[in-house]
Amino acid sequence: MIETLIVLVKIVCALVWFLLITLYLTWAERKESALMQDRIGANRANFFGIRIIGLFQPFADAIKMAFKEDFTPSFSRKFLHDLAPFLSFFFTGVTIATIPFGDILKIGGKEIKLQVLDINVGLLFVLAMLSFTIYGVLLSGWASNNRWTLIGGLRGAAQLISYEVALGLSLIGLVMVFPSLDFSAIVDFQGELLFGWLPKWGIFLQPLGFLIFLFATMAESERVPFDLPEGESEIVGFFTEYGGMKWGMYMFTDFMKVLIISCLLTTLFFGGYQVPWLYADGFRFPWGGEWLLPHGIVVLFQVLMFNIKVFFFCWLQILLRWTYPRFRYDQLMDFGWKLLIPLSLINIVATAIIMSIL
Amino acid sequence: MAYFLFFLLSVVCIASVLGMIISKNQAYSALFVILAFTCTGGFFALLDAPFIAVIQIIIYAGAIMVLFIFVIMMVDVRKGITPEKKKWTSGFASGIAVILFIELIVALKMAFNPLNTSSSQAIGNPSDLGYLLFTKYLYPFEITSILIITALVGAIILVKKKEKE
Repeated sequence: MIETLIVLVKIVCALVWFLLITLYLTWAERKESALMQDRIGANRANFFGIRIIGLFQPFADAIKMAFKEDFTPSFSRKFLHDLAPFLSFFFTGVTIATIPFGDILKIGGKEIKLQVLDINVGLLFVLAMLSFTIYGVLLSGWASNNRWTLIGGLRGAAQLISYEVALGLSLIGLVMVFPSLDFSAIVDFQGELLFGWLPKWGIFLQPLGFLIFLFATMAESERVPFDLPEGESEIVGFFTEYGGMKWGMYMFTDFMKVLIISCLLTTLFFGGYQVPWLYADGFRFPWGGEWLLPHGIVVLFQVLMFNIKVFFFCWLQILLRWTYPRFRYDQLMDFGWKLLIPLSLINIVATAIIMSIL
Repeated sequence: MAYFLFFLLSVVCIASVLGMIISKNQAYSALFVILAFTCTGGFFALLDAPFIAVIQIIIYAGAIMVLFIFVIMMVDVRKGITPEKKKWTSGFASGIAVILFIELIVALKMAFNPLNTSSSQAIGNPSDLGYLLFTKYLYPFEITSILIITALVGAIILVKKKEKE
């Protein structure tokens, strides 16, 4: 009984964290872009006259979207047209289940792992679920029964499967270094030290793999340097025939992908919840010196560290999105197939050679 | 819970395969196949083989069927095969169906024997599977990979030739 309750609480907490942060990512994107372009950005939404730098904006947006007319074109394939946004939304949302937020928390003799689903193939599970989001793109383009959205959907799906190859290959080097497909085991490995002082994070062992993974995941998130599937300002994308909340779900899925990519980058390459030199009983610095801490504080530090790292990557992705112009389609395909995939193959061979020498 | 999930998955799986056969539109058929593949992945997960379950989903539902749907949606085949061809194909198809049915009965006979109980460890542990592929099953594995590469190169050559004409 109590076990079921714990699992339920974990699911609710993870989902609330995921959706709330995603909601505020829309606000962060507006504010950061405004700052970069010397504007003020969204600051008008208020709650009984209180407007703290526009912090209520996401809720105002959500209410607006929920009350818009849910318009379905008469010529569309109704069922699939309705289903497609939910496919994208759901399969992006479930990936949060495998991300470890912290180490084991002990309360009253119970050991609670701060991770919803601890399976031994967590990494592949996330890739599988992300590969399902392609259907959201393909089906929305096709079910709208409009030539331009169909082309948009095919263009999007082509981009997503191309970059999935590079994404998978870039992770093989990482799996060779940390011999596991389990997120919590990968994070545990990253708690060790290199040369006695450097945290053994993925970025130090797989710098090339990190870069390839970053670019490939950014292409998966369909945002500006790689936003050919949507291209809201110029080209007709796959969700042109959607309005109201269903369009909102596609937009929300984009931001969910940004957040899940940040979680993956943190977990795989930046030590997840690991704080440098923090052990189960407190800090032990390499220059000699100790700072013993109670268990609760250690877990708190871990969860905070995870959040800080995730926010850093969200910030970085928004920064990149507002810095670069869009790729041309042939450049996009060349970048994926002729640069990232050969580089990731070189990375695998180089990793194997270095590991066999050491 | 496991029984409930098993029956739910079986019903969805069989229904989607039936839907695949019955539906007139090829795109819907392909979508039903994806559902069936996903259910098969679910069966592997119920059998304590998460690696095989996830691989089933990534390869079949996530990669291969995307390409199928890609082609079907782009070509949008409305017309079926011509009537004179239909006689020949229906005869051929029923022949194959009889063979497959016999095979199914043989397979079912084996399936009703008591199952070998597996060890408590999860089946299809990735490292065990990799070890087996590179030791015991090295030759079948390499031969399969050569076949796949040959097919890929063949497909590219066929497309290139058409372009020249």
